[in-house]
Amino acid sequence: MRLFSVTVLSCIAAFSLLAAFSLLALHSFAAEGELDALRANVPLLEEPTPEPLYRVEDRSLRPVREYPMQPPTIPHRIDNYQVDLNANRCMACHARTRVGETQAIMVSVTHYQDREGNYLGDLSPRRYFCTQCHVPQTDAPSRVGNTFVDMSDLIRGSRQRSE
Amino acid sequence: MFRWIGNVLGTFWRVFRSPSGYFSLGFLTVGGFIGGVLFWGGFNTAMEATNTEQFCISCHEMEANVYQEILPTIHYTNRSGVRAVCSDCHVPHNWTDKIARKMQASKEVWGHIFGVIDTREKFLDHRLEMASREWRRFEANDSLECRNCHDEQYMDFTRQSPRAAAAHQRGLVEGDATCITCHKGIAHELPDMAGVHGWE
Ligand code: HEC
Ligand code: HEC
Ligand code: HEC
Ligand code: HEC
Ligand code: HEC
Ligand code: HEC
Repeated sequence: MRLFSVTVLSCIAAFSLLAAFSLLALHSFAAEGELDALRANVPLLEEPTPEPLYRVEDRSLRPVREYPMQPPTIPHRIDNYQVDLNANRCMACHARTRVGETQAIMVSVTHYQDREGNYLGDLSPRRYFCTQCHVPQTDAPSRVGNTFVDMSDLIRGSRQRSE
Repeated sequence: MFRWIGNVLGTFWRVFRSPSGYFSLGFLTVGGFIGGVLFWGGFNTAMEATNTEQFCISCHEMEANVYQEILPTIHYTNRSGVRAVCSDCHVPHNWTDKIARKMQASKEVWGHIFGVIDTREKFLDHRLEMASREWRRFEANDSLECRNCHDEQYMDFTRQSPRAAAAHQRGLVEGDATCITCHKGIAHELPDMAGVHGWE
């Protein structure tokens, strides 16, 4: 008897959860004016016109970092660069031992540290897949606004206000 | 109808068998020349047929591995629409080199029959060995096949990306590197590169 009522109760709970989720889902379909990155707000039964492929930045100028801990964006193309178990194309230029020949910037020492802060002889496994953190940039127009203010601008602003 | 063909063949046979005393020296020379051309042409045509991509990928070892991998690269599709097919990179256009390469290729038929690389696993196990042979070949001939299409003499460095222009200036103009030194793995996936110079 106990077992039965527990089953019934959990069934009811599951159904009401399901109902809540489907309501939520319906709601998110209905939302207008919001950014829909997958279908660009085009109704389900219509075919969206795909955006053009934007040009990838390849000027090789080192980008400004928005804050000191930011992984810098990649200032060059990385088309077809193989990064897998067999080969790491990025490290063929950016490794400590390779920068002499390639004149690339050496990965900083944080890439040679494990999470306890020990310095390793080689690239740390947690930094192996570069594009987890570093990405190239395209000239695509940005789809959402951005209110980010650089730290140093904030400090300058508050100094001016207090004067 | 058949009799007519038989007659023609018979006449031909008689002429063919009879001693050459009937023919002038001139006829023999010209005939020999034409025969030679025909023979050479047929040989050439056979060589050309084995140079098509269709021929290369008629073996599943080539089709299932290296061919699939070249599809997303720039040598398969690009804005100019110029294709590099297998034989552009793997068989020299130069006639003497071509025969030398074909002799070596007979080994592949052997490999095919005995299933050296007939599964993906076997192919991957064998890949470093095959790739190393290719790299040695490109290094020995100063990347001849690449240069059949790309000639550094006509490269406009000012139109290249800054990274490419700087590397080419250093490696090709001032240094003694060749294309394959820096451009490994442009057409297919790379084998395990641990221990290969330039890859850590
Ligand atoms: C052929 C050599 C080469 C390869 C391969 C390469 N890079 Fe670079 N990279 C450079 C050079 C050279 C620079 C310096 C700026 C420039 O000239 O583009 C650079 C700059 C960068 C920077 C900017 C550093 C800074 O301090 O601003 C990042 C990040 C970067 N690369 C990441 C990568 C990643 C990730 C990969 C692999 C997907 C990669 N690179 C592959 C040569 C290379
Ligand atoms: C977990 C995130 C992460 C991964 C993965 C990662 N990086 Fe970084 N990288 C950073 C951060 C954060 C910085 C900036 C702060 C620092 O130097 O640690 C940075 C800095 C750099 C710089 C600039 C160094 C300098 O001194 O200016 C280069 C070049 C770079 N990374 C290349 C790479 C390459 C190549 C890989 C892949 C082998 C890689 N990174 C993987 C987070 C990462
Ligand atoms: C009869 C089936 C077959 C055909 C057709 C074929 N291959 Fe292969 N290929 C193989 C096999 C099997 C191997 C492995 C041989 C070995 O290493 O023993 C191989 C190896 C190779 C290698 C590595 C060579 C080396 O030195 O290790 C290259 C490059 C290659 N093939 C290119 C081509 C090209 C280009 C064509 C078309 C002109 C072609 N193949 C047609 C079966 C074939
Ligand atoms: C743009 C030049 C280019 C083209 C086109 C090309 N290859 Fe290759 N191939 C190479 C290079 C370079 C290597 C040496 C290994 C490497 O760097 O990836 C290679 C290696 C190979 C190998 C040895 C195994 C390996 O992957 O390393 C085989 C087999 C092969 N190619 C077959 C083919 C076949 C079949 C085709 C046509 C579908 C083809 N290649 C088209 C440049 C090319
Ligand atoms: C049949 C002619 C042909 C041969 C042979 C050939 N290529 Fe190419 N290659 C091209 C074409 C065409 C392009 C694309 C040009 C474009 O549209 O920008 C190209 C592009 C490239 C690029 C530019 C890649 C990029 O992402 O922009 C490199 C690097 C390259 N080839 C290297 C090589 C090397 C190394 C070899 C020898 C192993 C080789 N090519 C053999 C025709 C060839
Ligand atoms: C010293 C190393 C080095 C040598 C040698 C070298 N390249 Fe490059 N090449 C590069 C680098 C680095 C790039 C830019 C990054 C990339 O494409 O991965 C590049 C880019 C290219 C490009 C694309 C141009 C662009 O604007 O991006 C072509 C085409 C090319 N190389 C062809 C060749 C050919 C053909 C040879 C042999 C005659 C050759 N390279 C020799 C390092 C080299």
